[in-house]
Amino acid sequence: MQLARVIGDLVATLKDRNLSGIKLMVLQPLSPDGAAAGRTLVAVDAVGAGVGETVFFVRGKEASFPFFPTEVPADAGIVGIVDHWDVESATNREPEPNRRPQTVDRRP
Amino acid sequence: MILARIVGTVVATRKDPRLVSSKLLVARPMDPHGKAEGAYLVAVDTVDAGVGETVLIVSGSSARMASGLKDCPVDAAIVGIVDHVEVNE
Repeated sequence: MQLARVIGDLVATLKDRNLSGIKLMVLQPLSPDGAAAGRTLVAVDAVGAGVGETVFFVRGKEASFPFFPTEVPADAGIVGIVDHWDVESATNREPEPNRRPQTVDRRP
Repeated sequence: MILARIVGTVVATRKDPRLVSSKLLVARPMDPHGKAEGAYLVAVDTVDAGVGETVLIVSGSSARMASGLKDCPVDAAIVGIVDHVEVNE
């Protein structure tokens, strides 16, 4: 799952019949510090998210599971609205590639 | 799903039997503001889209969940024709 901000919505009158009645939202994926990370995408909404909210979404066939047994043709779906999240600040974190199971003491 | 503009059609006489009579279109992905981004792709049309229209494309195994594509060898399907996109950024 990935964090994203809902930046818009989309209207499509002519669509797959299994998509009817489902809200389509435009998402901007986010990095943990809240900055935009990667391309925007369109996702189906299973939780009633609104524009401007921070959400998390699933990619792949799992996006259609909240609508089971309807087979919704979706490859991205909002499954939660984020209240808040906490991460170590980026400056206090070692860059990922330098992380090893056997940690080296990097203190000065 | 991604937004894309239809830029062309594909004709293939020899193809998988499960693709017979499905319409193939060339699409160019774009961002919500209409700017083209990423590589062109070929998608199966399930909603009667035409060249120049903005569409919604579902990719990966979910494409097979579009109507009429069950068990078809596809990884991109056009599942909606976009009327308009509203973005507040």
